[in-house]
Amino acid sequence: MIINHPLLGPRDAQEFVYLGDARLIDRPDTMSETALDDFHAYLYLRDNPAGSHRELWYHEQGDRSWLVVTRDTTTHEILHVELASDYAKQRGRDR
Amino acid sequence: MSQKNRLGGGLIDRNQPLSFTFDGKSYSGFAGDTLASALLANGVRLMGRSFKYHRPRGVFSAGSEEPNALVELRGGARREPNSRATVAELYDGLQARSQNHFPSLTFDVLAINDRLSAFLAAGFYYKTFMWPSAFWEKVYEPAIRRAAGLGRLSTEEDPDVYDKGFRHCDLLVIGAGPSGLAAALTAGRAGADVILADEDFMPGGRLLADAGLLSDQTADSWIGKVRGELASLPNVRVMPRTTIFGMYDHGTFGAIERAADHLSEPPADKPRQILWRIYAKRALLAAGATERPIGFENNDRPGIMLAGAMRAFANRWAVTAAKDVVIFTNNDDGHRTARDLAAKGVRISALVDCRADAPASADFEVLKGAEVVDSRGRLGLKSVKVRLQGGSTREIACGALGVAGGWNPNVHLTCHKRGRPAWDAAISAFVPDPNVDPLLRAAGAAAGIFSTHGALQSGMQGAIDALADLGRRAGPIPLPTAEDAPVNVAPFWHVTGGKGRAWLDLQNDVTIKDIRLAHQEGFKSVEHVKRYTTLGMATDQGKTANIGALAIIAELEGKSLPEVGTTIFRPPYTPVTIGAFAGRSRGKEFRPRRLTPSHKWAEEQGAIFVEAGNWMRAQWFPLDGETHWRQSVDREVLAVRKSVGICDVTTLGKIDVQGADAAEFLNHIYCNGFAKLPVGKTRYGLMLREDGMAMDDGTAARLAEDHFIVTTTTANAVSVFRHMEFCRQCLWPGLDVQLISTTEAWAQFAVAGPNSRKLLQKIVDPAHDISNEAFPYMACGEITICGGLRARLFRISFSGELAYEIAVPARYGDALIRRLMDAGEEFDVVPYGTEALSVLRIEKGHAAGNELNGQSTAAMLGMGRMVSQTKDSIGRILAGRPHLIREDDYRLVGLVPVKPEDTLLSGAHLMTVGEAAIAQNDQGWVTSAAYSPHLKSSIGLAFLKSGDKRHGEVIRVVNPLGGSEFDATVSSPHFIDPEGERLRV
Repeated sequence: MIINHPLLGPRDAQEFVYLGDARLIDRPDTMSETALDDFHAYLYLRDNPAGSHRELWYHEQGDRSWLVVTRDTTTHEILHVELASDYAKQRGRDR
Repeated sequence: MSQKNRLGGGLIDRNQPLSFTFDGKSYSGFAGDTLASALLANGVRLMGRSFKYHRPRGVFSAGSEEPNALVELRGGARREPNSRATVAELYDGLQARSQNHFPSLTFDVLAINDRLSAFLAAGFYYKTFMWPSAFWEKVYEPAIRRAAGLGRLSTEEDPDVYDKGFRHCDLLVIGAGPSGLAAALTAGRAGADVILADEDFMPGGRLLADAGLLSDQTADSWIGKVRGELASLPNVRVMPRTTIFGMYDHGTFGAIERAADHLSEPPADKPRQILWRIYAKRALLAAGATERPIGFENNDRPGIMLAGAMRAFANRWAVTAAKDVVIFTNNDDGHRTARDLAAKGVRISALVDCRADAPASADFEVLKGAEVVDSRGRLGLKSVKVRLQGGSTREIACGALGVAGGWNPNVHLTCHKRGRPAWDAAISAFVPDPNVDPLLRAAGAAAGIFSTHGALQSGMQGAIDALADLGRRAGPIPLPTAEDAPVNVAPFWHVTGGKGRAWLDLQNDVTIKDIRLAHQEGFKSVEHVKRYTTLGMATDQGKTANIGALAIIAELEGKSLPEVGTTIFRPPYTPVTIGAFAGRSRGKEFRPRRLTPSHKWAEEQGAIFVEAGNWMRAQWFPLDGETHWRQSVDREVLAVRKSVGICDVTTLGKIDVQGADAAEFLNHIYCNGFAKLPVGKTRYGLMLREDGMAMDDGTAARLAEDHFIVTTTTANAVSVFRHMEFCRQCLWPGLDVQLISTTEAWAQFAVAGPNSRKLLQKIVDPAHDISNEAFPYMACGEITICGGLRARLFRISFSGELAYEIAVPARYGDALIRRLMDAGEEFDVVPYGTEALSVLRIEKGHAAGNELNGQSTAAMLGMGRMVSQTKDSIGRILAGRPHLIREDDYRLVGLVPVKPEDTLLSGAHLMTVGEAAIAQNDQGWVTSAAYSPHLKSSIGLAFLKSGDKRHGEVIRVVNPLGGSEFDATVSSPHFIDPEGERLRV
């Protein structure tokens, strides 16, 4: 597989480490009253879509960027790649 | 020895005779021969015994699809079982042996299996050998393995080298037949980067195997011209002896180049094979087609082969399997074979064509509407029985039978990405899925275009279209005039009415009856039939067998062939040596070997080393006269507690954390607080996973307001860094913080023991006061040593003694260990290894990998109160799950055997005294154990239910595996200095 790194161009998937669903970026609020349930859902309940899937890949043998890769799980076609930090900021994460 | 079946002509070099042996007997052939063609030339039809029934077998095909002629090539450490004789290029001195027989190829006692065939039908091992079940592993399986099998592996280490390589191209052309050559030339002239890969050692494909395909020039002359031009183009790379075995994602192809298989041994320092990863923007599959047989009784005898293979042997290798030949066909292509053979002087005793309207011939007798129904000849074909159109039968003597059942396009690579082949009724064959990956096109016979004219044109057009995708223009090129015969085939898979066995899969000994039986027993889908009967498995993956079986399933199910479908083709297309996948990663090169900065010095001291991940660490340092490791380790431990010892701890992960928000970041990743850590101080930190379990521990030293050094355990250095980057980039991207791993940049030594300060004061520059007052417990700072060398000093302790860790740039590590040892001489300093390190930390009750195994909580480790509830840290919420904070959960305790002669072992389980040693009564387990020279006793750390409330209790330590059971006293895990006074002096 080849991942088109937004900064470095096309790179072989061997250089990356796969983590999983990009929803791991949406970490719940630890101060919420429902935090225990929220974290349970966050950590253990995942969709397993046949089709487009946003997932986290880490360029460990490269520039150490975490990337959000949108991949079709049925064809392995890669539809979009972006820096996870940019994506996280779009999702409202900050500090 | 005479080559009695050698014909005239051919593409062999008669000026280069080669000698070789088969089963110890010498034969001769010529350069350009394969082992199969050379054996046939010498009149050898019998080449092996079949897998299950030990039936005599000969060569069946002329290419990589060969199911039958499998031999052991070479000898000694280079012996390669299951090598296909049809693709083994002949070289002088080649040795080959037939396989799967005892005591000899012509007399095989296991041929008794053939008589017992009624008991050995599909799935027999599931039925016959069920009882008693204990017999399966010890009796049945070894016996079956011995009887049913292929060649023998060499058990010696492979003496050859295998390499890996990477290549990129605009267009990958797979196959160098007429369509592949036309495509490569078209794209090459257009200036594209082209790779032309072909499994054969000679380009040309079908042009080599058939006579008279081109009309305005000879095939030899055209191939020669194309070959010359391709060689002259710098943008074209021709890769002969290279099989593209798999298509993977995004235009990645796997290729195996047999760089030196055609030599007796590879040239010095050259690899035998190279595994290529080819990145292609576009690919053209020009892999040709494979002929299929027709089923009839006893259709597996030596001498019965594919008709197209016979034609290839005659035209390319100037060889016939016998002087008199019968052809059995359902299509016009069988007639081409008969014509080519007749033109070479081979007698065609009859051409049996199942079609009533078969064309006639002036050169040989054509039996229209007739079928070959049986054969005779135990070790080689003697005659065939033909059922004539009217139903009467005729026995025809012959030494070989060519069977022509039509051609299957080699669609395999188009299926590797889940393409499903489509049925083309016009040629009665499956053709590539039209919706397969847009990167891959097919041309020529692989696309179901069987005429030479069609192959040349579709190859050229395929290249033009592929380059057009890339925005490049390629012009049409002049191509030779070639035959353009239509395909004329009547679907016909097997003759009917016979009572004996008709083979479908020669390699696995699967007959038509086996398929019927499987169907009768409920195995109806093709995938189930494959697994139940083993049809289509093993080295050939049923290239010549599958379609015939599909036809029978279709008959039984009352469906059409396309409704039945095919099994899924997966890589590799043909077998790939495991050595090629391993490449250079074997022996010492299996994985990287990392050496600590003091490694050379430690070797000089005679240290014993141990692998810790990729690192080699000194395990202990034996002195003269020490004959047991415990002597060395006990001495090292006592020396540290008495005076001072030094240990290389460079392998611990070191992560530099910098930025205005560095402290806030550490507050997130550690469960305990770091925001208020003063500059110049170090703090122990525990990291949790988000699920609340302990992930790793270490220290963080604050060198400046915005600068920390985080340490991790050796084992988790990589994964903790990855986790921290995840937190930084994905969870808190707004924090001003940067990370870099500096594990390799700094050599770090633990200097531990009551005299450690005195030792260090000898090398630390006087400007830096490291007295207890100026540099107290948990202090850290940047200093200089030895007259100006920058260093970092941390007053931290893993051993429980007054201790420091000192770090210098890695290149000074060797000099520093020597300087420290010199300076420490007056204190009887000792180097200590990982064993003593472990004993010291168990005595002190510090958790390490055995306790931090991913299943322990902070509370279990006795650090439950460290988890700050006032800040947002990873794992805090789920660490608070009710079951993880139960008061009666496991707690870390110490154990000391009641009787001094008993020895604790990690892994032993704990039982309350008086209760049965069964799983339901389990109270916990021993995590770490060591002999403590300080306490002069075996000691251990353990997780024990409610352990914190059970200090002083006597408990049973049960080790059913080792057969031991004894009493031990529960204690605090801190065997040494529980108040921590030694750390602070």
